[in-house]
Amino acid sequence: MNSFTFAQAPAIDAAVREKAGQPGSAYIGGGTNLVDLMKENVERPTHLIGLKKLGLDSITASADGGLRLGALATNADTAWHPEVEKRYPLLNQAILAGASPQLRNMATDGGNLMQRTRCYYFYDLATPCNKREPGSGCSAIGGYNRIHAILGASEACIATHPSDMCVALAALEATVRVSGPNGERTIAFEDFHRLPGDSPERDNTLEPGELITGLDLPAKGFEKNYSYLKLRDRTSYAFALVSVATALELDGGIITDARLALGGVAHKPWRDKTAEALLIGQPATADTFRTAAAQVLAGAKGQGTNNFKIELAKRAIVRALKQATEMNQVVDDNAFQNSNP
Amino acid sequence: MTLQTDYIGKPTSRIDGPAKVLGTAKYAAEFNVPNLLYGHVVSSPIAKGKITKINADPVLALPGVHQVFSHENVPSLAWLDRSYKDDVAPGGSPFRPLHKPEIRFSQQPVALVVADTFELARYAASILEIEYEEEAHETELTQHIDEAFEPGRGKTGYQPPKSRGNFGRGWEQGVAHVEANYSHHAQHHNPMEMFATTVEWLGDKKLNVYDKTQGAFNSQQYIMKIFGLSKDEARVISKYTGGGFGSGLRPQHQLFLAVLASLELQRSVRVSLTRQQMFSFGHRPETLQHVALATAEDGSLTGINHFAVAETSQFEDFTENVVGWSGTLYDCKNVKLGYRLSKLDVYTPLDMRAPGAASGSIALEIAMDEMAYAAGLDPLEFRIRNYSDFDQAQNLPYSSKNLRACYREGAAKFGWDQRTPEPGSMRDGNLLVGWGMGGGIWDAQKQPALAKVSLDADGHLTVSSGSNDIGTGTYTIMTQIAAESMGLPIEAVTFVLGDTELPEAPVQGGSWTAASVGTAVQEACAKLGEQLLKQAQKMDHPAFKDAKIDDVQFANGQMRLRSDLTQAVVLRDLVQASGEPKIEAQNSKLPGMVDMIKPPKYSMHAHNAVFVEVKVDPDLMTVHVTRVVNAVAAGRIINPKTARSQVLGSVVWGISSALMEESVMDHRFGRFMNHNYAEYHIPVNADIHNIDVIFVHEEDAEVNPLGIKGLGEVGLLGVAAAVANAIYHATGKRVRDLPVTIDKLL
Repeated sequence: MNSFTFAQAPAIDAAVREKAGQPGSAYIGGGTNLVDLMKENVERPTHLIGLKKLGLDSITASADGGLRLGALATNADTAWHPEVEKRYPLLNQAILAGASPQLRNMATDGGNLMQRTRCYYFYDLATPCNKREPGSGCSAIGGYNRIHAILGASEACIATHPSDMCVALAALEATVRVSGPNGERTIAFEDFHRLPGDSPERDNTLEPGELITGLDLPAKGFEKNYSYLKLRDRTSYAFALVSVATALELDGGIITDARLALGGVAHKPWRDKTAEALLIGQPATADTFRTAAAQVLAGAKGQGTNNFKIELAKRAIVRALKQATEMNQVVDDNAFQNSNP
Repeated sequence: MTLQTDYIGKPTSRIDGPAKVLGTAKYAAEFNVPNLLYGHVVSSPIAKGKITKINADPVLALPGVHQVFSHENVPSLAWLDRSYKDDVAPGGSPFRPLHKPEIRFSQQPVALVVADTFELARYAASILEIEYEEEAHETELTQHIDEAFEPGRGKTGYQPPKSRGNFGRGWEQGVAHVEANYSHHAQHHNPMEMFATTVEWLGDKKLNVYDKTQGAFNSQQYIMKIFGLSKDEARVISKYTGGGFGSGLRPQHQLFLAVLASLELQRSVRVSLTRQQMFSFGHRPETLQHVALATAEDGSLTGINHFAVAETSQFEDFTENVVGWSGTLYDCKNVKLGYRLSKLDVYTPLDMRAPGAASGSIALEIAMDEMAYAAGLDPLEFRIRNYSDFDQAQNLPYSSKNLRACYREGAAKFGWDQRTPEPGSMRDGNLLVGWGMGGGIWDAQKQPALAKVSLDADGHLTVSSGSNDIGTGTYTIMTQIAAESMGLPIEAVTFVLGDTELPEAPVQGGSWTAASVGTAVQEACAKLGEQLLKQAQKMDHPAFKDAKIDDVQFANGQMRLRSDLTQAVVLRDLVQASGEPKIEAQNSKLPGMVDMIKPPKYSMHAHNAVFVEVKVDPDLMTVHVTRVVNAVAAGRIINPKTARSQVLGSVVWGISSALMEESVMDHRFGRFMNHNYAEYHIPVNADIHNIDVIFVHEEDAEVNPLGIKGLGEVGLLGVAAAVANAIYHATGKRVRDLPVTIDKLL
């Protein structure tokens, strides 16, 4: 870790100005990922701009009937907020599927979007990585890529975005509010994270110096039929091999609206609108689910040790859609009972 | 001395528990001695090659940086290999940190940056410019099976496996056969406490060395020989160890580096490894195994063939007993065993909980399950039909063996008789249910150890031995044994360990500490008893005038005449009357030595049987281990509470081994890539459900007077295989390459 200076920014515009005036500076929210990356020398900011004095930690109703999440609301406070639990239970489930209680108490909602890939090679300075050092090569291709992308990867990078929360936000069509040197703007969630292409060093579409100030959830929360299914190598505290966020509206067994997004499979939360269209107007049956799953994975490409994720993702999609449909008889993958004979 | 049972065999809470919970138990990196400097290790990014240039000037120019140690400036140290050999070193030429520019494994320590603060040392280490010339490395065991060789007597105590009978004939005699390959990958111990050494410079080469180790004396000998220090100059202290599992059996390189820096700079120095650097030294070796079994019509084994190839480094031959157990655990005339090593560009593997046996039992116990199916027998019934009542490998009777009770009591507790054999035949709602079993065998070992007891005028007994407590409960059980032996309340006994100024004890490993140090404590107490009797006889105490030691007993803080319990003298009165501040006694090392030279009359082993339930989602193939019953026969259990904890930990480790644990090497870099707690997966609480531990009754007067067989390893055996067998029973999928991750079941 290099030496750095630290200052709490008193206000949003001051923070943005400070960032613009100090090359090599970085915003810090909860620090749950940035500090790790600094310890590994992956990130070497010379100055940290603390955001905790900005406020931005409240969760409030918005004019259009939706909910606004302050960028500095913690993941824990968000997950357990009564309105989130009641109206956006998919988001509650997704957040609670990630990290650990301690991390969720520190991590902020804005920071959740900003966390970087957990690619083993990105984290290890002894190996080339285009995301860390553009042009050096991608070690994950042809290497150990169990947690890597099967969709939307490029020859420069096959990293995945590690968030659970963001998969739900993609499915719910959240909007990201940002402030920057050129003022405020909003970014549709699907446009926030990007695919690696030939510039994998860029995780998202933020312009230099821009700061996330909040997230807007639309009024529709799909609180009746939803599922967040996360498959991983242990029951907690592991990143998703595959996760599925799905939300449905049903009318007499017919799907009238559908959202489907995957985590752990791409450089961004992977929402497939074509697959959603295949669900809408169809009966909520296993056949329908399989058709949608096949569509999502139609263009999937394995990288060797992650080939299994293509089949796993298909099965996960079918299961998540089934769970969302049968909300009253959910089989919770983690709720194993002991059965002494 | 007759053994009372006031404390021995009674569940007793950890004596060191409050200190650990309150944070007063200090670990190696927590000794904040005055004027401390901090060293940070620089690790090699390449697996093989050499350093061509080190540019230390920019680092040395940083205010607060004291020195950059590397092969370029390390002073002349001991030059014979034997000076670098520790008690647990295998055959070969031990790695010497900062000795030469050659790189022999990835993450090899190549430099130590020493600075005023930890943060500065770490930063300076990150900018140290080192140039390397890379050479092609070989790290892939599967590519180097043909070059594997039979190691000689590598490590102390290692015996090459011995075949018997004629396996070929046994194979032909069989009517049912199984034959398959099994494998598991490297695993790292990853104790919670990272390796660290704080060296306190006391002036004039005199050091207090606070080291994370499983053997203070082993660390002491190591630095004495390398740096030419005397015993007085190199005091090693290790009162608390935050997990060992074998990783602390050998001195790790932070010890060498901290002592080097301290002696050179004449300052106190601390060196702590990072979690990533915890993957820079010994590990359980990747092992490839082949097992072939044949049975006769009645299900009796007619032939066993077990062959293993394991990795080792280019410079040492790490050996462990992987296949030997297959010649002991079951009754069979024709046994063919083979064990080979292949040299790779990695660091030397290291004993890791149940070394060898954990690996061997995976292959043997999955093969036994496959054989049971091939022979049309229940896996438990199959094992009972092949029960060994006599150790055919050593040609000796067992000193005791109550594995039958493990089978019986374990199966009853689990409800094994409710099992339907057909794979996929048991369900819980939508979930597939699988029941599998396994088991194992481990040596009951004993090493020479010394202990001293000292009774003061207040009647308080201080017991000391330079052993370690790696979390196993050594503090507690030694206190129990001493309190029991001297008839004192447990509160009147203090046990002291982890210091080379104390009587010498072996490294804590091999499940031998309870038997070795426990016996030493018992012997020392017996000697103290004799002295106390002499003291009573010096006093005007007619009842004891002609008494022999066998005529007295120690109870209620008194020495009493067995023939007339009213004739008693309070122990503290004996000390007070002696005119000395305390009466002391120490056991002699000799009995242990003699034991070791005498040809054994018995085969001495601990055994276990483990029963596992898994539930598997039939579509997603997620596996949960919902129930485990582990029945253990390990002689006398001194403290059922800490013993149970030991076995619980073993079961968790077995589940980990079966489903998650794997140090993944990218052979293009010759480097373990998941080198952190986030990606090196071990179970979390949510992965662990019901675990029942049973200690079956087993009396053994031959192993040692206390009847202890040791518990550190045996509980792990067969767990991983039982999980894999349960998965087969649930799904019909036989996975022979562990861990059984989801990709192998889809």
